[in-house]
Amino acid sequence: MIELDRVSKRYRGSNDALTNVTLKIERGEMAFITGHSGAGKSTLLRLIPLLERPSGGIISVSGVDLARIPRRRVPLLRRGIGMIFQDHRLLHDRTVFDNVALPLVIAGVPHRELGRRVRAALDKVGLLHKERSEPITLSGGEQQRVGIARAVVTRPPVLLADEPTGNLDPALSEEIMRLFAQFNAVGTTTLVASHDIELINRLGHRRVVLDRGQVVSDGAGGAGGRA
Amino acid sequence: MAGRRRRSLRRRLGAWGEHHLRALVGALGRFRASLAPSIMTAAVIGIALALPAGFLVVLDNVQTVTHGWAGSPRASLFLSMDTNAQQQRDLAGEIRSRPDVASVEVVTRAEALKEFRRYSGFDKALDMLDDNPLPPVLVVEPAEGLRPGAIDQLVAALGARPTVERVRLDRGWVRRLHAIMQLAERGIWVITGLLGITVVLVVGNTIRLDIENRRDEIVITKLIGATDAFVRRPFLYSGLWYGLAGGLLSVVLVELGLILLDGPAGRLAALYNSSFALAGVGLSGALTLLGCGAFLGLLGSWLAVARHLTAIEPR
Repeated sequence: MIELDRVSKRYRGSNDALTNVTLKIERGEMAFITGHSGAGKSTLLRLIPLLERPSGGIISVSGVDLARIPRRRVPLLRRGIGMIFQDHRLLHDRTVFDNVALPLVIAGVPHRELGRRVRAALDKVGLLHKERSEPITLSGGEQQRVGIARAVVTRPPVLLADEPTGNLDPALSEEIMRLFAQFNAVGTTTLVASHDIELINRLGHRRVVLDRGQVVSDGAGGAGGRA
Repeated sequence: MAGRRRRSLRRRLGAWGEHHLRALVGALGRFRASLAPSIMTAAVIGIALALPAGFLVVLDNVQTVTHGWAGSPRASLFLSMDTNAQQQRDLAGEIRSRPDVASVEVVTRAEALKEFRRYSGFDKALDMLDDNPLPPVLVVEPAEGLRPGAIDQLVAALGARPTVERVRLDRGWVRRLHAIMQLAERGIWVITGLLGITVVLVVGNTIRLDIENRRDEIVITKLIGATDAFVRRPFLYSGLWYGLAGGLLSVVLVELGLILLDGPAGRLAALYNSSFALAGVGLSGALTLLGCGAFLGLLGSWLAVARHLTAIEPR
């Protein structure tokens, strides 16, 4: 589903953020990208929806070489990728409902279908009763769940999460991670960047460890992981 | 297959329409949400449009008033004081027989005095004079469709007559008036152009601030797959609303100004025994102002959007 072939990314005037990263995430797979701060986790995730272009190597999503996607087709690529951020990135002047509805509006889903699909997404993250609230009145965990609802409302084939539990306590973090596992269980290819190694080990799933822009280990996580 | 294609086309058209409607209504909502600054922007546009529009309406009215004067120039032949009635009639008959003359009217000294008393208001002053200071006059109307050159020739020929002391072609000042009005019109268009640029800059700057204020929103919508067109649309509609509101305001301003001028203009017209009444902007004028406002608003926002929106990319 997502393939990186000898991908590198160099920022002007600094060391390589990624060096020769080769990685293949199968359709329907769930994987964690982990490593210390500055190891290149975020950079790797940002290359997939073309928030940045790689300096070298080939990235393809669903068999499409991203280098062949012109600027004006980038929005279409992003519509197929649900993205979740550490700082949620919600619109604070709109209700929870409007935030979650935004991807549907952008994709041109007819007005009469919005309500049903937004409520289905909010229901999955357990926030159906908060639909009229302003995001600012919600707790950090709730805001992150709104962010997740927004990412999955269009049922994208790929879900990317960059440090989704960075600001949450362990119990909430686990709850959020289990939510990702649920979406993965219905076939969404899920890639989560996190430095919470303990939690990742507990959840199992594939674990890709980055160090200074290079893949140093790739395999099943701790207890409960695949062989 | 064809049916599915048609359905998909209709669905896409529907989505397109919904996007526009959403942006249109959303922009109106934002206009209302920040009413005071929005109205101030609209007021700048309104005043900038009202100034040239007001001038043009006034000019239009002046043209209406002077239209009747411009049609047929008439030459007044002032005869020497001692020309008697017979000589006046003879001369009139002679001139009347010319092919380039349409009619000749004799105004005797007594008639001239009577007319002067009636229109000038110098009644008392005239009473103090011992005798009538006014010469007899022949009012000559040249044949219709005469070229300016031919008229000049006619005037020269008439002026050469021994009994004619002076010829005044009352077309001269009409010409000058028209020249002045043309100059005024040209001046108004220059001002209009400058004010139009002002409107574009004001709207452009307002939209630029709007874009800066909503930077986060733009980044987030781009992150989740919004096209440039989708991001651009609300700002373009904002510009459209500013322009329309400004256009509406300018119509109101011009009409208010005309109401203020109507009383004095009516009194002035009454002094000239005219039933002239000021004409307003009218429906077509109002629509033109609205159209100009909308166009300038859209242009200003387009420039701002083209310059600033593509620079905002998610990081």
